[in-house]
Amino acid sequence: MRIRCPYCGERDNGEFSYLGDAAPVRPDGMEASAEAMHDYVYLRDNRAGEIRELWYHGAGCRAWLVVTRDTRTHAIGEVAPARDIAKARAVTPAGSASHA
Amino acid sequence: MLDRTPDFPSPVREVGPSQKFRTATGGLIDRRRARDFTFDGRTLTGYHGDTLASALLVNGVRLVGRSFKYHRPRGILSAGSEEPNALVELRSGSRREPNTRATMAELYEGLEATSQNRWPSLSMDALSVNALLSPIFAAGFYYKTFMWPASLWEKLYEPMIRRAAGLGRAADAPDPDTYEHAHAHCDVLVIGGGPAGLSAALTAGRSGARVILVDEDFCLGGRLLAERREIDGVSGPEWVEQAVAELKNLPEVRLLSRTTLFGVYDHGAYGAVERVSDHVAVPAPHAPRQRLWRIVAKRAVLAAGAIERPHVFGGNDRPGVMLAGAVRTYLNRYGVLPGEAPAVFTSSDDGWRTVADIAAAGGRVAAVVDSRLDVPVPLRRMAEAAGAQVVAGGQVIGTRGHLALSGIDVRDSYGSTLRIACDTLAMANGWNPVVHLDSHLSRRPVWDEAIHGFVPGQLPTGMVAAGAASGRLTLSDALESGARLGAEAAESCDFRATATATPRTDPESTAHTPLWRVAKPKGKAFVDFQNDVAASDVELAHREGFRAVELLKRYTTLGMATDQGKTSNLAGLSIMAELTGQKIPAVGTTVFRPPFTPVAIGAFAGHHRGKEFRATRHVPSHAWCLENNAQFLETGLWLRPAYFPRAGETDWLQTVVREVETVRGKVGLCDVSTFGKIDIQGRDALAFIERVCANPFGTLKVGRSRYALLLREDGFVLDDGTVSRLADSHFVMTASTANAARVMQHLEFCRQWLWPALDVQMVSVSEQWAQYAVAGPRARDVLRRIVDPGFDLSNEAFPFLGAAEITVGGGIPARLFRISFSGELAYEIAVPAGYGDAAWRAILQAGLPYGICPYGAEALSVMRIEKGHAAGAEINGQTTARDLALGGMLAKKKDYVGRLMKERPALTDPDRPILVGFRPVDPSQRLRAGAHFLAVGAEPSLAADEGTMTSVAYSPSLKHWIGLGLIRRGHERHGERVRAYDPVRGGDVEVEIGAAAFVDPAGERMHG
Repeated sequence: MRIRCPYCGERDNGEFSYLGDAAPVRPDGMEASAEAMHDYVYLRDNRAGEIRELWYHGAGCRAWLVVTRDTRTHAIGEVAPARDIAKARAVTPAGSASHA
Repeated sequence: MLDRTPDFPSPVREVGPSQKFRTATGGLIDRRRARDFTFDGRTLTGYHGDTLASALLVNGVRLVGRSFKYHRPRGILSAGSEEPNALVELRSGSRREPNTRATMAELYEGLEATSQNRWPSLSMDALSVNALLSPIFAAGFYYKTFMWPASLWEKLYEPMIRRAAGLGRAADAPDPDTYEHAHAHCDVLVIGGGPAGLSAALTAGRSGARVILVDEDFCLGGRLLAERREIDGVSGPEWVEQAVAELKNLPEVRLLSRTTLFGVYDHGAYGAVERVSDHVAVPAPHAPRQRLWRIVAKRAVLAAGAIERPHVFGGNDRPGVMLAGAVRTYLNRYGVLPGEAPAVFTSSDDGWRTVADIAAAGGRVAAVVDSRLDVPVPLRRMAEAAGAQVVAGGQVIGTRGHLALSGIDVRDSYGSTLRIACDTLAMANGWNPVVHLDSHLSRRPVWDEAIHGFVPGQLPTGMVAAGAASGRLTLSDALESGARLGAEAAESCDFRATATATPRTDPESTAHTPLWRVAKPKGKAFVDFQNDVAASDVELAHREGFRAVELLKRYTTLGMATDQGKTSNLAGLSIMAELTGQKIPAVGTTVFRPPFTPVAIGAFAGHHRGKEFRATRHVPSHAWCLENNAQFLETGLWLRPAYFPRAGETDWLQTVVREVETVRGKVGLCDVSTFGKIDIQGRDALAFIERVCANPFGTLKVGRSRYALLLREDGFVLDDGTVSRLADSHFVMTASTANAARVMQHLEFCRQWLWPALDVQMVSVSEQWAQYAVAGPRARDVLRRIVDPGFDLSNEAFPFLGAAEITVGGGIPARLFRISFSGELAYEIAVPAGYGDAAWRAILQAGLPYGICPYGAEALSVMRIEKGHAAGAEINGQTTARDLALGGMLAKKKDYVGRLMKERPALTDPDRPILVGFRPVDPSQRLRAGAHFLAVGAEPSLAADEGTMTSVAYSPSLKHWIGLGLIRRGHERHGERVRAYDPVRGGDVEVEIGAAAFVDPAGERMHG
């Protein structure tokens, strides 16, 4: 597999580590419920098709990336820095804005 | 053709009379370079340019092996990598290599080959009695016979089957050769160097695109080397020579012959193995035996050709029965006549080429049997002119002979049986495109009614198929599609390419009516030669309900082993289709996976062997450690000094005890640079640390260090270390040696993904700082001689858990932390790594008056056990802060990673094992880590298990063994006795539960 890192260019997948689905959002703050945290830690959809997932370019620039991949074909679409996506998310009420 | 390994030509020598079946002229062998080789100890001679298979055939050797299950005599079926029968052991001693296909082994002077799977000899095989028992050895035999009693499986059945079956023997000494890895990038990868592949490489290469062409053969040309064909008025081999010469002159084209493309991977990544030195006896100095290529290509043209199908009839495995295309290869390329009286069994016009080629070489053809009633008249005339008896509408139903073919039984169109004497039978039953590689990414081939075979379905992204590999079986189609697709591939990489006019070729016919199997054969009709699967086994599988193609494969072993059914899959499918009344594509195909042909493990390992298996990281004091007889241990990639034996010390424990006593009594020096060091800065650095650490940090002042406990989000402990605040917004975190990379990854995840709004940056500085622990009652005295004047080291000015940026040795920047892993008065001093060696030597020098000694990881571990500190054995991914008796330090008023999940009922169950200390009731007894705790008198059982001993050490301070372990409700049971039960090593020791801290439990020493 080859992943196009936005900072380093196209690299072999051996440089990356996989984490999983990028959809779950950590329920931040003291008011978060145990149930919500359980869902965040353990519950994942097992989709056939496009999924946005987290990869870490550990042998490269150390960026966490959100990679759009089709689980049926392994075709990789957009690869974006996780930080940019997380920042965009943080402005929504559900994000971690309350902490900043 | 690209031959970067020098071949060592032997003196030019005339050939002896032994090459009985060599043609008078012709072929692509070098008749001036004779090559002696041995087969089963017998010396034979061939020529440079021969394969082992052609050299055996030219000397009349037909019998080359015994079959897997029935030990039937087997010969050479093919002339390529699809060979199922002619597997031999090549070379000897530590270079012995089993299951090598004789058809792919290039002949070199002194080649040693040995037949396999026979005893006592190839012609007299005792286990060929299995053939008489063949009714019992039918499909599913092992599943049915050896089911009961199960107790006999390990002792009797498996050793018996292993002796009878199996093929060659692996070498029993380490491989003396080297292997290497290479990476390549290109615009267009061309897989296969036949007419289609060469055409593709030419059009793509002429455009300036970076082209790599790989071919498994040692000569490029594919079937053009094997057939008598004409292209634009020149012979096939001449056309190949011109094409290769042009390609070699194109600067961006790289030709890799002897290179098998074995795997197709996602996003244009390909695996190939180049046999750099397999064609010489011993690799040239500094040359690898094989090279594993990882190729990344924007586009690929698959031109891997096609594999001919055998016919399925009685005794079709008899030595002398061969694929017709292989007979032509041996004749035209290697100059080997197919025996004295060859016959041809064909279902296609293509098979008749064999007759014409034999006649052209001056040979005689005994008979041509065509399963089709309507044979084109010109073909019949040509064969009759060659002296052949022609049987149209006939079928070969059986073969005669024992160790080699002596005749065939033919059923003619009227149903009567003819007996025809012959010593070679060439089978032509159509060609199967090589669909393996285009199917590697879980793609399925599709059925093409025009060629009665599977062709590539949806191809992997960026790949196109050309020539025979795409189902276009004629030479003119191969040239046309190769040139066109090569140009298109280059165009799609932004090069301007033009497909030249397709060259003219001599006329050809692909007329073919496949004969899936011969009805009512005489004797066993084999489908899969390598696995001894006969048509009757497929029938049996059908009767017993194993009809799905994947079940058929597993029940009969059809298509398994080294050849992966290259010559057998379609025959098996066609018989199952007939039995189930389906069409062949409805039966389906099994999944093709890499590798295309077997690849040596050594090639995958490359140079990653022994000491070079992975990188080694050295501590900054490494040079001094080497000079001073340090003994090392591996921690991850690190080579850490374990202990420093001195003259007269005979045992590691003696050394470790001395090192511990020196630290506890005087002072010691330990290299702790292996710990991870993470520099964290930014306005929100403290807020960030609060969220990733489970204990509170809000009160941490500048110039102070604190223990740090990190949890995973699921509530278990990730790692522990320290956080020191060097300035208002500048912190240094340490992590354990083994977890350093994982902690860094986790922190980056938290920073980039969980809380991107925090203003914080971090970088690993593990390699930038050498860090040494100076520990013991005289530590301060030693450091006074190291630290530049002006810094007050007194307990009042720089107390326990102090942290400071200082200078040493007259202005060298350094960091000083008053932290203690040993429990003694201790400091950790960090200097830039470049000063590490000098600082280490300076501290030892400064410590001389105080009796300083270096101590290693062993003494460090003993002292942390004496102090009851949890380390890797306890922080093992299955323990919570509560389990490690650290629950009291957890923050209550902040959110942090793992806060909620550690509260799950099972993790807060008071019955969970918790960390305590253990001492043997009889102080002379030794403890062992891994022992399970049982109540005194309890029967050992899982239900009675109360926990485990995690770390043990001989305590020089207490003069007996001590241990740390996790036991149910341990904190409530101080003084209670339990058994430490270790059945694996025969240990059963009564131990007493107590506090985890054995030495200085109040911690007075480190505060002093």
